[in-house]
Amino acid sequence: MNVHIFQKNRLAVLCLLMLGILYCSAIFADFLSPYSYDNEDRNYSYCPPMKVHFKDDDGRLSWPYIYGTSFVFDEFHKRIYTEGTTQKYFIRFFVQGDAYHLLGLIPLKRHLFGVEEKGRLHLWGADSRGRDLLSRILWGARVSLSIGLIGVLISFFFGLLIGGISGYYGGWLDNLVMRVCEMVMMVPGFYLMLALRAAFPPNLNSLQIYLLVVVIFSFIGWASLARVIRGMAISLKQREYVLAAKTMGISDMRIIFTHILPHTFFYSIVAIMLSIPGYIMGESALSLLGLGIQDPFASWGNLLSEAMGIVQIRFAPWILLPGLFIFITVICFNVVGDALRDALDPTLKAEGQK
Amino acid sequence: MPSLLNISNLSISVQDNSSTRMLLENIHLDVHKDEIVALVGSSGGGKTSLGLSILRLLPEAMQITEGKIIFRDKDLLQTSLRDMQDIRGKDIAMIFQDSLSAFNPVFCIGDQIAEVLQSHAGLSRQRARERAGELLDLVEIKDVKRVAGAYPHQLSGGLRQRAMIAQAIAVSPAIVIADEPTSNLDVTIQAKILALFKKLQTQMHLSILLITHDLGVVRFVADRVVVLSQGRIVESGNARVILDAPTNDFTKQLMAATQI
Repeated sequence: MNVHIFQKNRLAVLCLLMLGILYCSAIFADFLSPYSYDNEDRNYSYCPPMKVHFKDDDGRLSWPYIYGTSFVFDEFHKRIYTEGTTQKYFIRFFVQGDAYHLLGLIPLKRHLFGVEEKGRLHLWGADSRGRDLLSRILWGARVSLSIGLIGVLISFFFGLLIGGISGYYGGWLDNLVMRVCEMVMMVPGFYLMLALRAAFPPNLNSLQIYLLVVVIFSFIGWASLARVIRGMAISLKQREYVLAAKTMGISDMRIIFTHILPHTFFYSIVAIMLSIPGYIMGESALSLLGLGIQDPFASWGNLLSEAMGIVQIRFAPWILLPGLFIFITVICFNVVGDALRDALDPTLKAEGQK
Repeated sequence: MPSLLNISNLSISVQDNSSTRMLLENIHLDVHKDEIVALVGSSGGGKTSLGLSILRLLPEAMQITEGKIIFRDKDLLQTSLRDMQDIRGKDIAMIFQDSLSAFNPVFCIGDQIAEVLQSHAGLSRQRARERAGELLDLVEIKDVKRVAGAYPHQLSGGLRQRAMIAQAIAVSPAIVIADEPTSNLDVTIQAKILALFKKLQTQMHLSILLITHDLGVVRFVADRVVVLSQGRIVESGNARVILDAPTNDFTKQLMAATQI
């Protein structure tokens, strides 16, 4: 691994940092977000992003605050929000709010920031049911970011194992496994995903759906990897140290795990990085169609499903924000994956530049 | 004295593209206990294949067409693959010419020796590592700690070859097949390695089947010699006798080549 090459790619370092921030904020979503994912107030339906004021009425610098908002209905029965001028709500750090368990362990009620009671803080606006969009994006990051990681790990486990065994043994087993791979790869992924989702009962709880989505992705994802690993295994098994291990009576499985698969490590790391975006997008697509994570639980895809109508986009464009996060995450993973490939395998880079 | 390993009437064919030709024909070879037998022949003559065929690890293109390989009253060609795996390394071990490519580059030497001990002697990982250290000591490596923790490319050829010998004798096999073990080394180290072979052979009661093309090596260590030419055995017998008075033309040619 050539760290220098990676570090020289400033964009990749930036993207890696960005991913770090995103994953950290997903882990600490409950603390960072002012509200819980299901904390709603119908008085704030489609409330636009609130303006934070830093100067008081006399133009002097002041502790940041927001004004309370109120709304009236226009002739189409649409809410028009106006900022009040009298009631100030100061933004406070470590305010009391919805109860949660930090890292799943420590019971806490404090949130990083928020406003005093009675006021509501919607820095990035609110959705149809008056839930804070910032909070929901942070909570949604947990599902969207982790599903890619877990899905990829499971499908890589199977891809490596199956590809390694298939390539090492060869013969009819290899033939059989590769035909199964082709069958899985033959069906367009998205439709396979839909069909698999439809094969399971619709009334599952959110954890079950989460697991189901992971399983579906893993089921689709292992095949293409298995094919590549199989090819590498076929070439690796010709190496003399594999023959040497055989003459020492090392068992086949042990040879696969210690003498074949470790040599596919660099390829695997890059492939993992480059395939995570696919999983994130897949989850988003499923949730967008209402087949993935269900309301009130948040994921980026399911948040976007609110933005399916032109009316919502026209009058509440901020509900497209989760899409921006998907975009950023996908870009970051791709840039980091590319940079990793350059750093890990200089020959690949040379080929790419031909 | 009954032989430990007895190869009789062995023929190996090789398939290239469409045609099949004979690589080895009608080979008879005995290896007795406590004996170093040298298998001499020109490059590409099928010496290595003969070694691999004893372990039933010939490449797919090569096939044993007839013959018997009797090891301790058991025909290895009739043995199940599962039993074969037990025999490999435990009863018959092999040492390769190119020690750099015969070690896995991503694991350190100590672990690769320990792997054999874990597989055959059923030692725990911890115990296997300790034993690997003892083995490295046995093959006269001074800086055991460094060598055990080093990756193959970090060691000199001589050290690597010693480490490979340590790996081969890890579970005290009866026979070690040494395939050109000194061909990649310079002469001074070559002599040391050969001396080590001799020492181990007497100390551990090993039998060694030494595959080589170097008659100097043969003179130095071998008890008996078998000369292979054109896929057939042309001469075999006591090493001293044959080297002093070769009868076969090919052996004479080899002798002449060595003296240059």
